[in-house]
Amino acid sequence: MKKIFSNSIVYLFLIFFGIIMILPFIWMISTSLMSQAEFNKNESIFIPKEEYYVWDENGKEHRIILVQQKEENSIIHVLDENLQISKDYPEYMSVPSSQVRLIKKVPSFHWDNYITAFNKVPFARYFANTIFVSFLTLIGVLITSFLAAYAFARMEFKGRDIIFYLFLSMMMVPEPIYIISSYMLLDKFNWLDTYQALIVPWCVNIFTIFLFRQHFKSLPQELFDAAAIDGCSIFGMLWRIVLPLSKSVIATASVFSLIGSWNSFMWPLVMTDRPELRVLQVGLSYFSQEASTQTTLLMAASTFSILPILIIFFFAQKQIIASYAKAGLKD
Amino acid sequence: MKTKHKYEPYLYILPALVLLLLFRFIPILLSFVISFFDFGITSIGNFIGFQNYNKLFVDPEFWQSMMNTVWLVIIAVPLSIIIPLIFAVLLNQIKWLKGFFRTIYFMPYVTSLVAVSIVWKIIYAEEGGLANAFLQWLGFQPLKWLAEPKGIFTLLFNSMGVSIPSWLGGPSLALFSIIIMTVWKSLGYNTIIYLSGLQNISKVYYEAAEIDGANKWKQFFKITVPLISPTTFYVLLMTTITSFQTFAQVYMMTDKGGPLGTTKLIVYYIYEKGFDDLQMGYASAAALILFVVILGLTLMQRRLESKVNY
Repeated sequence: MKKIFSNSIVYLFLIFFGIIMILPFIWMISTSLMSQAEFNKNESIFIPKEEYYVWDENGKEHRIILVQQKEENSIIHVLDENLQISKDYPEYMSVPSSQVRLIKKVPSFHWDNYITAFNKVPFARYFANTIFVSFLTLIGVLITSFLAAYAFARMEFKGRDIIFYLFLSMMMVPEPIYIISSYMLLDKFNWLDTYQALIVPWCVNIFTIFLFRQHFKSLPQELFDAAAIDGCSIFGMLWRIVLPLSKSVIATASVFSLIGSWNSFMWPLVMTDRPELRVLQVGLSYFSQEASTQTTLLMAASTFSILPILIIFFFAQKQIIASYAKAGLKD
Repeated sequence: MKTKHKYEPYLYILPALVLLLLFRFIPILLSFVISFFDFGITSIGNFIGFQNYNKLFVDPEFWQSMMNTVWLVIIAVPLSIIIPLIFAVLLNQIKWLKGFFRTIYFMPYVTSLVAVSIVWKIIYAEEGGLANAFLQWLGFQPLKWLAEPKGIFTLLFNSMGVSIPSWLGGPSLALFSIIIMTVWKSLGYNTIIYLSGLQNISKVYYEAAEIDGANKWKQFFKITVPLISPTTFYVLLMTTITSFQTFAQVYMMTDKGGPLGTTKLIVYYIYEKGFDDLQMGYASAAALILFVVILGLTLMQRRLESKVNY
C-alpha cells in the first residue's frame, strides 16, 4: 500500500515536470497554427480557435465587423472574401440585430502559416545548404577519425602518445576562444563567404577520434593477426574487418556530427555574409529579425526547422540517448 | 603482437593532424599573438604590448559581462546538477513509461538553440506571452521578463515592500529569464548522464542499508550522493564550461545584451568587440582571459575531484 502511494507520487512529480519540459514545444506548435489577429487578441493560449460575426442577409452570409450592437439594430462593416471592408455595401450599415450571429470555430488551424513562413525567405535554400554542409562534414569527420584512430589504437610509432594528448588537449579549448583568429585566418585563405569555410575546419573531430580509438582497442588482436597471415594489407584490413565491426560506433559518431552541424550557429553566422550561403540557423535568426512582429510565422518557422532533428530523434531515441550517455561516461 | 611501422602511421593521422594544426592549433596560438596587436578598422596590426589588456581591465562593460556570466554560472550550474539528479533517481525507481519520460526530458537538448530562443522570447513577451499568462492565472502581477533590468532580489524585496541597496539586487530578471531557459535546455543531457551513473552503483549497498533500517532519504544522502560523485564532477565541469560559452540566447533573445547591458555575457561581448566594432586584437584579449578562466576552473575541479572521490 505504502509502495503504491510513494510510486504514484513519483509518477505525479515526473508527469508534472514532463509537462513543464514539453510545454514550450506544445505552445510553439499551437501558436504556429493561430492567426496573427487571434494571437494579438490574446484570447486563446493553447487550442487555436476563431471567432467572428456574420450577417445573415436573407440566407446569404457575410463576414462582418461588429461596430455597435444594440437590442434592435446593429451597426456593422460588411467584409468581402479578402476580409477587406466591402465596397458593395455602405461602410457603416445598420441591420436588425436578429440577423447578426457570432460564429465560434474550435479548433481552427492555420496551416497556411507554415507555407507563408517557408516562402517569406528562401528557407528551401537554407535547408539545402544545411544538409549539404552537414553531410560533407560528416563524411570528412568519419574518414579523418577512422584513419587517425586506427593508427592511435593499433600501431606503434614515435610520438604517438604525445600527438594523441596534444589532440585531446585541443578538445578542451572552446570555440569562442579561437573564432576571431579563425576568421582572420580564413580571410587570408580567401575562404570567408564560401562553403569550405563551413565544412573543412569541422572535418576533424577530436571526440570522434577518441571514440573510435576506444572501440578499435577493444577489437581482438587475433582478428588482425589472422588477416596479416592471409596477406591482407592494412588498408584491406580496415575496409574488410574493422569497418563492418564498427557500425554502431559509426552510427553514434554520425548522430553527434549531424546534430552538431545542424544546430551550429556562431561559426556560420560569423564566417558567411551572403544570403545564398546562409545555413538554416543563420537564416532563421535573420528571419526572426525581419518578421519580429509576426509571432505565428516565427513559431511556424521554429517548428519546421527543429522538425527534422526531432523526427530523427523520435525514430532513434533509444540509440541516441544511449550514445550520449556512453560518450559522457567515457571522458 | 603489435607491428612496428615506419611511416605508415603518420600517413593515417596526417589528414586529422593537418586539419587540427590549421584550424585549431594555429588559431589558438594566433589568438594569443593578436591579443598583443592593434587590429581595428583603421589600424592593421601594430604591436602594442599589453595595451589591449590594460584597456580591458578598466572597461566597465567587460566587467559587467564577466559579472553577468558569473551569475549565470552560479545559478545555472547548481540547478543543472540538483534537478537532473532528482529526475534520474526518480526515473531509476519506475519501470512503466521510463523511456517515455526520458525522451521528453531529453528533447530540448537536441533541438537548436536558435529555434528555442525564438520560442522562449515569445514565451517571455510582456503581452501574449505564456509566462505572463501563467502568472495572471495564478493571480500575480505580470512581469517584464526580458525587458526588466532590475535585479531579481530587488524585485523580490520590493514586492514585500522592502527596498534594498542596488548592489544587493542580484542578476537582472532579464538575465534570470535567460538562465531559466538555459537550464531547461540542458536538464535532459545531465539527467541521462546521471541515469547511466546510477546504473553503475551496485544494489548491494541499498540492500545493506535497508537491513540496517536506513530510510530512503538517508540512502539518498549516504549512498547515492557520495557514490555518484564522479558523475557529479563530470556534470559540474561540462555544465560550467558550456555555461561560460553561452551566446545564441543573448544574440537571439535580447537587444545586444540589453536592457542596460544586464544580459551581456562574455562570449557576446567578445563577438560584439570582434565582429561589430572590428577590434579583433582587443576581442582576442578578452577571449584569452575567458580561456584562462575556463582552464583555471577545469584544473581546479580536476584537483578537487582527485581529493574528494571515493
